[in-house]
Amino acid sequence: MASTSVATAPGRSAWDGGVSPMGASYGKLMMWFFLLSDAFTFSALLITYGMVRSAHPAYEGAVHAFKFSANYWPVPEKVFEAVPFLHGMSLPLVFVGIMTFILIMSSVTMVLAVEAGHRMDRKAVEKWMLWTIVGGLAFLGCQAWEWSHFIHGAETGDAVAEGTTFFGANLVNNQYGPRDFAAFFFFITGFHGTHVFSGVCLNFLIYYNTVTGVYDRRGHYEMVEKVGLYWHFVDLVWVFVFTFFYLV
Amino acid sequence: MATTDIHIHQDVHHHGDGHDHDHDHEHHGGNFWTTYIFSEDHKIIGKQFLITGIFWALLGGSLSVIFRLQLGFPDMNLEWLKPILGGWITPEGKLDPEFYLALVTMHGTIMVFFVLTAGLSGTFSNFLIPLQIGARDMASGFMNMLSYWFFFASSVLMFISLFLETGPAAGGWTVYPPLSALPQAIKGSGLGMTLWLVAMALFIVSSLLGSINYISTVINMRTRGMSFTRLPLTIWAFFFTAIIGILSFPVLFAAALLLIFDRSFGTSFYLSDIYIGGEALAHDGGSPVLFQHLFWFLGHPEVYIVLLPALGISSEIIATNSRKPIFGYKAMIGSMLFIAILSFIVWAHHMFVTGMNPFLGSIFMLLTLIIAVPSAVKIFNYVTTLWKGNIVFTPGMLFSIGLVSFFLTGGITGIFLGNSAIDIQLHDTYFVVAHFHLVMGSASFFGMLAGIYHWFPKMFGRMMNERLGQIHFWITFIGVYMVFFPMHYIGIAGFPRRYYSWTNFETFSGFADLNMLVSLAAILTLAAQFIFLFNFFYSIWRGRLAPANPWNANTLEWTTPRNPGHGNWPGEIPAVYRWPYDYSKPGAKDDFIPQTIPFSETPESNLPHETELIKLESTSGDDIIIQGGKLEGNH
Repeated sequence: MASTSVATAPGRSAWDGGVSPMGASYGKLMMWFFLLSDAFTFSALLITYGMVRSAHPAYEGAVHAFKFSANYWPVPEKVFEAVPFLHGMSLPLVFVGIMTFILIMSSVTMVLAVEAGHRMDRKAVEKWMLWTIVGGLAFLGCQAWEWSHFIHGAETGDAVAEGTTFFGANLVNNQYGPRDFAAFFFFITGFHGTHVFSGVCLNFLIYYNTVTGVYDRRGHYEMVEKVGLYWHFVDLVWVFVFTFFYLV
Repeated sequence: MATTDIHIHQDVHHHGDGHDHDHDHEHHGGNFWTTYIFSEDHKIIGKQFLITGIFWALLGGSLSVIFRLQLGFPDMNLEWLKPILGGWITPEGKLDPEFYLALVTMHGTIMVFFVLTAGLSGTFSNFLIPLQIGARDMASGFMNMLSYWFFFASSVLMFISLFLETGPAAGGWTVYPPLSALPQAIKGSGLGMTLWLVAMALFIVSSLLGSINYISTVINMRTRGMSFTRLPLTIWAFFFTAIIGILSFPVLFAAALLLIFDRSFGTSFYLSDIYIGGEALAHDGGSPVLFQHLFWFLGHPEVYIVLLPALGISSEIIATNSRKPIFGYKAMIGSMLFIAILSFIVWAHHMFVTGMNPFLGSIFMLLTLIIAVPSAVKIFNYVTTLWKGNIVFTPGMLFSIGLVSFFLTGGITGIFLGNSAIDIQLHDTYFVVAHFHLVMGSASFFGMLAGIYHWFPKMFGRMMNERLGQIHFWITFIGVYMVFFPMHYIGIAGFPRRYYSWTNFETFSGFADLNMLVSLAAILTLAAQFIFLFNFFYSIWRGRLAPANPWNANTLEWTTPRNPGHGNWPGEIPAVYRWPYDYSKPGAKDDFIPQTIPFSETPESNLPHETELIKLESTSGDDIIIQGGKLEGNH
């Protein structure tokens, strides 16, 4: 962002040493490179998911006649259709939509916190960091509910995979489809959830340091920016997880 | 905001040099623990990696000699190893067949990851990057320290796994499932495999912490005048290595996590349709080939993580000791870049016989064979650098030349193996073993030894004994060829790797003599390493005191005091005015011109375009002002 404001002596370039050529501190560079490598971890997992899923037959029949079966990959909107307090209603992808909205809003509040940091406005940084933490916690809470619902599954016999009497899901068995369906769901959303959880911890650390005036004394709020990069990345990853698990 | 940071950054690392240093000196009064154990000084951390790497190399080498005894002397009574190996020697005085597999597995794991990744890249990236780019230390000394201690924790776990009753991991260093995933399959797939996976996860964390640090340091902390085109080739190599590392290790991390889940939590990512004792396992729907894809997406770049630092080190040493500029500096960088890119799109050549589509195989074959082009560019550049040079045969130089030899010999067999059709015959034979031990194992190991001999004076302030170094070189060089050259023939004959014994196959009995020779040469080669060990440890305390610049080299590390403290340069960090390869420049007084000498001081040897550069030298780096007008309000 600041690369355009790098002015150099005639005949010299910003890459000639003695300065930070990209106009970014080493800490910010490190965060970028970490995110690059983390992106490869998630890509590996999502590609793995894609390969295993494509190795399983897809459901071919009409959507309204869909039944859970271990013989084909389930249709996601038939699996994720529950919303808290609206028991028994079929609301496909409504709840996960709310979760996604919450996470994206927390990214917006993070942007506002970073912007407030640029203005050295401690009160505003505190306010927006707090909202970001709340957003993160809300997302984690929703995920906990979703997992719990997924694990417990149906109460009656209708939604049981053929030939079994298993309700809900664990890492070995599940009522929704092939074994790998639930295993990947737990693994990838869990891996992402772990990232969100560490993000919330980092956000809290930043919030705490802001409240105690550490960054005011330091003279800049760059830490907010670095953690902000991480938070946006976690959001971006969720967009892909959401696409591959719920939409496709 | 960002530009504000630059001011701060510059204050710390350039303008505040004098002050920084005083501060560091106070630190040095610190106790033993902060100075040598939990040190944040890149030089100490580099040495920590080196010592740990030497320990692992010795262990990994010894393991190979034990299984070579089995291969070379199948009838030998190994009773005498009982005090060390205990129950792994059967009552008949034979090596336990499952332990043989564990030995092969641990030899591979140790050598590839703990010696040639951590021991080589960890040592020299840490030690050389700040010294050669002109920085006080790594970007983050703390993360650097963490990187070592994660590696240490990983080492401890891997070491403990050697002493388990069920033995360490035994499914080969590539740990393919289902063998590695099912404890019922082999003893080593029990706790040993669990420890292997946890140790590797820690290792990956260590590697990422290190790599992120190396890249940021090279980008942000170069001294004034040290543009990328004035970087020594060592730094370029470490830079590419670190980039490959941060892009490929996370994929192994994902693969390992999934394997952990399959092993411990009942998932079926890699497992399907398996019957043990006539009974079907619950696992269903996964694919073991999937693991191979994930593994080799790391595994192939890993080859270059191992090799590139060695190539960088040898480029530097060969230019210095040929007293000639490196031939094709930019071609060297370009070929390393090209190799780095190609390394990510050739992984499936390890999997030609997994039943992949032959059309896909031919694409991977084509990409694989293209690697021969940048590799050949490098070989020719080494040879043309040596051509008509005033070669000084220091031990470091000998090992560098040895590297070039191995890289060529081993590289040529790579062209055979890269062909998907020939690979059907050669796959998993000793031909493959010979190929990668020469091109990546021995070549990188020689690069590491060359680096140790060359930078030992900077590490410990003393010289290693040159004569012992030369003896070490010749025995090792001849020994390595005697080990791996015959293996090609054994492999072409179809002898498969990882087999405990071939005495049941009449076809292979004709190779008993050759195998015996290989084993004897392996013992000889390992024995020669003790010459090195003696030389190394003796010279640390008793070696001849090193002059400031023992090899008359140009790079920045030789402008530091004999024993540089934390902060490297006592005064200001020197500025850089030229590339690092001004050796034997026509017209120059000496046959080398250090990077710190401005063109204005060498009018007699300047080329026309360099005379032009003198104008720029008056505007020293301090005058470069980074202006961030739009951000003034921030202060």
